[in-house]
Amino acid sequence: MVHLSWYLTVSAMLFCIGVFGFLTRRNIIMMLLSIELMLNSVNLNLAAMSHYMEDLRGQVLVFFIIAVAAAEAAIGLGIVVTLFRNYRSVHTEDIIKLKG
Amino acid sequence: MVQLLFFYFALVVIGLGLRIVTCKNPVHSVLLMLVLFFHMAGFYLLLNAEFLAAVQVIVYAGAILVLYLFVLFLVNLREEVKMSPFIEKGKWLGIVGAVVLFITFLRGVMNFSLGPHGEYTIEKVQQLTHTKAMGEAIYTAYILPFEIAGLILLVAVIGGLALAKKEKKGA
Repeated sequence: MVHLSWYLTVSAMLFCIGVFGFLTRRNIIMMLLSIELMLNSVNLNLAAMSHYMEDLRGQVLVFFIIAVAAAEAAIGLGIVVTLFRNYRSVHTEDIIKLKG
Repeated sequence: MVQLLFFYFALVVIGLGLRIVTCKNPVHSVLLMLVLFFHMAGFYLLLNAEFLAAVQVIVYAGAILVLYLFVLFLVNLREEVKMSPFIEKGKWLGIVGAVVLFITFLRGVMNFSLGPHGEYTIEKVQQLTHTKAMGEAIYTAYILPFEIAGLILLVAVIGGLALAKKEKKGA
């Protein structure tokens, strides 16, 4: 028998790895990939919760999160392409126009 | 058996996650992410959510990762692999932040107790089949969020087109 808290722990670990990647990577594409990692951990959390509560609400939410993640990837990567066209770089330390 | 599978999936997912965020070459990261998504689909199968496993493989592994790979090939990676993948002085701050966040989550998990059970028991879902049960839920109780998700995808299509379009000179 797999306990619910095991799923929650794995999902928390994956989320923290995603947070670490988002805070420390210098490449914007890798930051977006870390966001995907975090979204995946949330999906796992919701699916596990839904299974153990015998309710479909969480799994429906996972479905919507996957749709929103696809939209987010499309928009985010579009922004990255535009940034690269204007700055010839996708590194966070090169994009400092708002810093003043 | 289920426990063994769970530990296999958990080990692979955590290990690959750590490897993904520390890998120098982004292309390797994206390819490792593909393996991670397949193991996430395995988790969904363990949770009796076959439809979600299929959607995970089709949408995440099939569509989103291909998008990432295309954009990675568009940008310049020549000097990327030579420099440090992390921002200056940010690595330790990131580790401390992530560990503190994990401890906070763990305290929440320890004190967690389940609410009242819903009507979709495992037997009922297995009898209906998971796809049909999900479809009934989405197209009756969650029809408005479903429409909004469609609208969000439309916004993504238009936004992606507007962002990627080359601007005319002098316009």
